[in-house]
Amino acid sequence: MPASAYHHAFFQAGDGMSTYTPVEDTKTGKKLAGPVGWLDERLGLAALGKKNLRKVFPEHWSFMLGEIALWSFVVLLITGVFLTLWFDPSMAETVYTGSYRPLNGVEMSVAYASALDISFDVRGGLLLRQMHHWAAHLFIAAMMVHMLRVFFTGAYRKPREINWLIGLGLLTLGILAGFSGYSLPDDLLSGTGLRIADGMIKSIPLVGTHISFFLFGGEFPGDQIIPRLYMAHILLIPALLLGLIAAHMLLLVYHKHTQFPGAGRTNENVVGYPMLPVYAAKAGGFFFIVFGVIAFLSATFTVNGIWIYGPYNPAEVTAGSQPDWYMGFAEGALRIFPPLEFNIFGSTWPLSVLIPGLGALGILFTLLGAWPFVERWITGDDREHHLLDRPRNAPTRTALGVAGMTAFGLLWIGGGNDVIALRFGLDLNAITYFLRVMFFLGPIIAFIITRRICISLQRKDHEVLTHGFETGVIDRSPDGGYSERHAPLPVDAQYALTSAKPATVAIEAPELVDANGVDAPNGRKAKLRARLRRWYYAGAFDKPTVEEMQHAEEHLRDAGQHPVDLGEDFQGVSETGVPRVH
Amino acid sequence: MRTLSTRRRHPLAGLLVLAVGLLITGGLYAAVAPKAATAETTSIDDIEAGRQLFLVGCASCHGVNAQGIVTEGTDDQPGNYGPSLIGVGAASVDFQMGTGRMPMAQTAPQAPRKKIEYSEEEISQVAAYIASLAPGPQIPDERYLDYESLSDEEIARGGEFFRTNCTACHNSVGAGGALPNGRYAPSLHGVEAKHIYEAMQTGPQQMPVFSDDVITPEEKLAVIGYVRAMSTEPDYGGFSGGNFGPVSDGLFVWVIGIGGLVGFATWIGWHGTRTKKKKA
Amino acid sequence: MSSDIEQRTPVSDPIADPGLPAHQYRPQDVDPAQEKRTERQIAGMFGVATLLLIGFCVAYFTIGKDQLIVIPGTNWSALNFTLGITLAGALLLIGVGIIQWAKKLMGDHEMIEMRHPAASSVEDRTATMAAVNDGIEESGIGRRPLIRNSLLGALGAMGLPAIVMLRDMGPLPGDTLAHTVWEPGMRVVNDVSGQPLRPADIEVGQLVNGQPAIFYETDDEGHAVMHGHDVLNAKAKAAVILVRMRPEDITPAEGRENWGIDGILCYSKICTHVGCPISLWEQQTHHLLCPCHQSTFDLADNGKVVFGPAYRPLPQLPLAVDDEGYLIAVSDFPEIVGPSYSFLDRDQKRLDEENA
Repeated sequence: MPASAYHHAFFQAGDGMSTYTPVEDTKTGKKLAGPVGWLDERLGLAALGKKNLRKVFPEHWSFMLGEIALWSFVVLLITGVFLTLWFDPSMAETVYTGSYRPLNGVEMSVAYASALDISFDVRGGLLLRQMHHWAAHLFIAAMMVHMLRVFFTGAYRKPREINWLIGLGLLTLGILAGFSGYSLPDDLLSGTGLRIADGMIKSIPLVGTHISFFLFGGEFPGDQIIPRLYMAHILLIPALLLGLIAAHMLLLVYHKHTQFPGAGRTNENVVGYPMLPVYAAKAGGFFFIVFGVIAFLSATFTVNGIWIYGPYNPAEVTAGSQPDWYMGFAEGALRIFPPLEFNIFGSTWPLSVLIPGLGALGILFTLLGAWPFVERWITGDDREHHLLDRPRNAPTRTALGVAGMTAFGLLWIGGGNDVIALRFGLDLNAITYFLRVMFFLGPIIAFIITRRICISLQRKDHEVLTHGFETGVIDRSPDGGYSERHAPLPVDAQYALTSAKPATVAIEAPELVDANGVDAPNGRKAKLRARLRRWYYAGAFDKPTVEEMQHAEEHLRDAGQHPVDLGEDFQGVSETGVPRVH
Repeated sequence: MRTLSTRRRHPLAGLLVLAVGLLITGGLYAAVAPKAATAETTSIDDIEAGRQLFLVGCASCHGVNAQGIVTEGTDDQPGNYGPSLIGVGAASVDFQMGTGRMPMAQTAPQAPRKKIEYSEEEISQVAAYIASLAPGPQIPDERYLDYESLSDEEIARGGEFFRTNCTACHNSVGAGGALPNGRYAPSLHGVEAKHIYEAMQTGPQQMPVFSDDVITPEEKLAVIGYVRAMSTEPDYGGFSGGNFGPVSDGLFVWVIGIGGLVGFATWIGWHGTRTKKKKA
Repeated sequence: MSSDIEQRTPVSDPIADPGLPAHQYRPQDVDPAQEKRTERQIAGMFGVATLLLIGFCVAYFTIGKDQLIVIPGTNWSALNFTLGITLAGALLLIGVGIIQWAKKLMGDHEMIEMRHPAASSVEDRTATMAAVNDGIEESGIGRRPLIRNSLLGALGAMGLPAIVMLRDMGPLPGDTLAHTVWEPGMRVVNDVSGQPLRPADIEVGQLVNGQPAIFYETDDEGHAVMHGHDVLNAKAKAAVILVRMRPEDITPAEGRENWGIDGILCYSKICTHVGCPISLWEQQTHHLLCPCHQSTFDLADNGKVVFGPAYRPLPQLPLAVDDEGYLIAVSDFPEIVGPSYSFLDRDQKRLDEENA
């Protein structure tokens, strides 16, 4: 059944094609035949082109979030190349004599002086610097929202687990690139950031001090760290990023993009526009839009005005010292962690630095990396998934995601607790005490509420499917009673709602004891799995059965026998009483 | 290239300063503040007038002889209901009353800057009375307040003192910062030069003292010059969100950057207007 | 046990796939006038974009670096704003134009492409396994453990030079973190100005950001004794703050009774948490707050931590007065300054032995 339906749809959709002229007779065919032949005889690209030039990509706004990150990265490369023309990553001392008056005659590093020159004495230099910094902010922000989209729709499931891990690698590298770039201008803020990074490195048990001395070329701050970070920032990290981005995209092409359920969209096909020309044009156009938004931000919003901070000096600091926002959660963890440290055999373990500093990053990325495999183990689901979940249809996953976001957000607040205290007239210490408690309570509350909301939304879907949607049309019965008329959803919408939830995979009940009554070797593991499975599916409210839908159809058909016809296009009435239109 | 200096001030900045000045000196007197009274020029009459004002407006907290009222305190809140004012000098009075901090409206973690309750003359009379009780810091001489005559180098030097001694609490541009238990270091924008000087000299509330012996009057003047330069410095790159550091960057990138681009993405992914007509 | 979960989910879809909805045309597909208008609109966007880019170049050469743009409420660099806005306008118009072209005029038929499982076919996998097996057989890697293991050893050893080469990235820490440039008799001077301090200069409630005098000393030829990043390295450990409190407010620990002069105490400026310089001193509570992570130290109580993530108290520098009446250090810090590091405990024990 399905195959013929697709073919039918395909030919229906492609009915314009038959009118195209055969390629040999077109202008393009005549013009390009030579060059294409020349290339193909050497590279054999035609086989690849045949498969990929008209590759289909599904369309949805949330599928473009990763693209924002990709295009921001391209803007970073372009602006970064320009910046290297003027930036001098040297920590040698110099006396500033440039245009910025309040720092005139101040001793500073060459790196800071050249960053000031870019800002004030290179025409358009400030714009480039700001575009580079805004693009960096956007790069990481877009990766995060893209990751959230992938998480909440379950797009990381088989066969895409490896691409999820590559994505995590990209996010890690993006943060490292951001931090190394933040440190380069050698202003007071970036130096303070390096000071904190040095403290975090030194907190690594046993070897931390050695690592710090090797990285900084001796004691902090030394005169090595900025040239070394510069190398990492412009060569090592971008090269790794490029490689991983290539892998990420190749896997995307190989797996084909996931799609949301809907009429004609199944786990076996992909519906959308061909890469050439529509998708290429949309993606290419989006590049210019991302570039343009970055340029707009840079024209109207200051980002990291390094001149206000002055040169780095280990004896100076400014109120409101914060890292860039993407490090805010680690900074918040550092701020709210209680004092904890112990000594053992002459080695010191500064846990109040180690756990929130390096631990926060490590824990976050380990949890994210492990989740697809943990979920798969719990559900026992080894099928390929190309249809996306609506977040409500995976309540436990969604609730876990929201709990994680809550913890992240609370740490984020912690990272800016001084600015929040000042701006809103709050007590700094009270915010910290509050966060120490809420870090544990908040995610639990968020989990419970989110899962409840998801299940309620599932029930609502079920309700609409089996009883129709509320039309907003009030019927008055002959005996004077009023009731709201319900109408069945369009079949397309019914299909989209019911095909969204694939059946769960059966797992055999765990054998706790073997035939001889001895504890089974994997008994405990199986028991844990069964318990997690019950927890994972707790409260799930499933799609109606075939019988229920048939029953609903009959019921609604009867109710539809009414003197006033709603009309074929009727879609219900909105809250304001206006008929909805498709 | 030193041309920046010629245009570094907003054309409206002068107006703004004037308006602030008018506000501070109040409606009773002319716009230009008279030279502040100093101990040498005050008369017995001034002191007596000041004493009368003190008894009415200040004595309920500071005691009838300005000896202070001590209550039992805790670690965080030492028990001075109103501290002793003996030896705090005219500078303290001029700062506290001249910025509206005194008299306090209510007991609070700290006295905020607010509307000034007393006229310039009354403040100088109270100052004369307090100064007569015991020697203390005097209201600074005009020549240490003339920050407009400073050279670029002197202002930059002031910046070094500012970054070493002041930014930790007041932030790099003097926007202020948070202190423990609901207290804060206030913003320095729009504060008169005289009051900045007096604050350094007397250490009001939680602020430490920076005595003239350690930070000389010339160095204080340079600091004032830098504070002024920073608060009138243009936002070269566009809106700065008050220069509170990277927190506002994060806000902008999520709201405008991600928000705006998601808007564009929604437009791109939207199916667009359709018609029921068929192709001719 | 898990059967209840399975039972709830029906195996088959309750609604059959209705297939893709019928195609609906765009106004541009059916109305040539509309099509023409859209075409002109898009070309217009590209035209304006070109003009804006030319405007960018004109602005680059005509607007001075120092000019400001003055719209009430703003005070921005005119060059940055004009270059940014022309560039942003041009880019956005190009982008919107291209997308408009794709949305309104390019082919509009949704296409269906069938997916294939990510896995290769069974034959392919079998063939691959066979190839791998042949390779293993023919190389004899399984049969010749001597060659295999010695090769693996050699390859493993190849990593060693890469790691060994990193050795010269920096010196070994030794005990450098346990010592600062402070030494007995060195004067405490005011930071920036380098002025030495007398106890009488410092009032109750005063804070002085101090440095060791060596940063401001010059040799016979007038050159600074320390300069460049040596000063920065030394400052990162040696910076101090001097505060004066009423002597009756101070509760010195045993052995610290004479570390201050008339209520003047000297503490390290470097936070013991991760090393930010701290000088947010509240003169009435005697608390010192770190602006980075809000560790709070009580300076009237030997630098004890009263709030925040720092664990160790702030190290104190014992003070004395020299013959000329200036404040000097009695010794280097008896406790290690700065953030905790991996073998601080060992260094501190050695330091205690030296000082004992």
